Amino acid sequence: MTAIAPPLSVPSGHVRPVEESAWVRRSLTGLALAFLTLFLFVPLISVFYEALRKGWDVYIAAITEPDAVSAIQLTLTAAAIAVPLNLVFGVAAAWAVAKFEFRGKNLLVTLIDLPFSVSPVVSGLIYVLIFGLQGWLGPWLEEHDIKIIFAVPGIVLATLFVTVPFIARELIPLMQSQGAEEEEAAVVLGANGWQIFFRVTLPNIKWGLLYGVILCNARAMGEFGAVSVVSGHIRGSTNTLPLHVEILYNEYNFTAAFAVASLLALLALVTLALKTIVESKTREKPETAGIQE
Amino acid sequence: MSTFRQHSVLPGFNLALGFTLLYLSLIVLIPISAAFVRTAELTLPEFWDVVTTPRVLASYRLTFGASFAAALLNAIFGLLVAWVLVRYHFPGKKLIDALVDLPFALPTAVAGIALTALYAGNGWLGQYLEPLGLKVAFTPAGVFVALTFIGLPFVVRTVQPVLEDLEPELEEAATTLGANRLQTFLRVIFPAIFPALITGFALAFARAIGEYGSVIFIAGNMPMISEITPLLIITKLEQYDYAGATALAVVMLVISFVLLLIINLLQWWSRSRSSSSV
Repeated sequence: MTAIAPPLSVPSGHVRPVEESAWVRRSLTGLALAFLTLFLFVPLISVFYEALRKGWDVYIAAITEPDAVSAIQLTLTAAAIAVPLNLVFGVAAAWAVAKFEFRGKNLLVTLIDLPFSVSPVVSGLIYVLIFGLQGWLGPWLEEHDIKIIFAVPGIVLATLFVTVPFIARELIPLMQSQGAEEEEAAVVLGANGWQIFFRVTLPNIKWGLLYGVILCNARAMGEFGAVSVVSGHIRGSTNTLPLHVEILYNEYNFTAAFAVASLLALLALVTLALKTIVESKTREKPETAGIQE
Repeated sequence: MSTFRQHSVLPGFNLALGFTLLYLSLIVLIPISAAFVRTAELTLPEFWDVVTTPRVLASYRLTFGASFAAALLNAIFGLLVAWVLVRYHFPGKKLIDALVDLPFALPTAVAGIALTALYAGNGWLGQYLEPLGLKVAFTPAGVFVALTFIGLPFVVRTVQPVLEDLEPELEEAATTLGANRLQTFLRVIFPAIFPALITGFALAFARAIGEYGSVIFIAGNMPMISEITPLLIITKLEQYDYAGATALAVVMLVISFVLLLIINLLQWWSRSRSSSSV
């Protein structure tokens, strides 16, 4: 042991004692950026480059041809059904889990997360096992001339499955951190359940709710594997945007495939921008606990 | 406490929990149980034969091997990216921080065709790699590249908050006691972020195991060589081999459940470590 302690004050211009030297900092930053460039930025840029390679006319034509338009419509329809349903589910689940104490709560939270850990292909397959021709309800559906698999309802169901956890898992930690005191005060003041929710709870959770909706929507519009299994790939009828990308790509119609893909890439960029804005909103108010991934 | 729930003055518990359980049962639990019930139509030896044919075993090897390698690369570079984003300042940092989540937001099919175009023989990267004898597109290496892309945010986003919360006093104390920077990192910082790092690794690995969309474009999908297990499920389904597809799905589901359990334990460990250090 040396008896002399290192100097406590460091001359200005010198490295702070708990920081690396400048060249270490620069090379670590350079290495990190090189990795991100190679695996993130170059693929992203290439989508737009390939889409516009043959000019704007080809690009516009690719995203306005009838099959592409019907794919856009189906994607919007599926998201328009899946997001509100999962929103109601997320709020109900968070209300039960965050505001009350009951047995089996941890199990319930794990079950809500379950769709995240199931392979998209398996998520689609399980609906085929129930509603498909050889499925549990297949013969009955056939008799009544109801089509679910290889039709729009199947696509909506598969989309619902993969997006179940998004809003609930944003709201549960947020509402848990806020506790139930404000709602209990509202009860004492004579408010009924819906008044409490809309006047007390909702204003407190609005940013977390929006955050969940944004992520849920992005996944609903972009889901590929699960939807692919139940869709049947009928052009102009059961093709969502991601499935349309696949078809065009497999037909070697690369420019059109990338043109349609660029719409989805734009959606991803808008999602990230909104997400960043919402995150900064929640950070402004320190009493609303930050949203964690 | 012997009652099912503790008393509360707030209304809506029965409605909220009832709806939650009904919705979860209809959309998630009953459909998942369908896979297990349908597999029970096979006897155990039949099931075992279906899930251990050479082609299936080759697909497990590729799926697990590539997922493990991709998660490992992401653990190393995810830690580096998290470190750089938390500790250093450079122009465009906020934008780059936001873009790290791109693989969460970008549809997998888009990632798949973009990576394939880049690494194909005439692509931006492939044209330089192929003369060196590195074929990526349409080989198992392509699977690894796709799985690296989709798993990239997990380690960054689990390690980043832990690094941000790390007390500067700990590092200052280590420096005062004579540790150099590398020693401080290895003995003080690394142990503190290790649980988060392992959790991020496990999340990236679990995600990669089930991944389908980004892989099928770049893999080439040759049986025994570059065919992942989820694709095999689809192949069996297209051949109307429902029993075979379901048996493989059950194997995947059981693996997912085990990984989910491990991840929950890791997160619990990670939380207890970070709260005891404060």
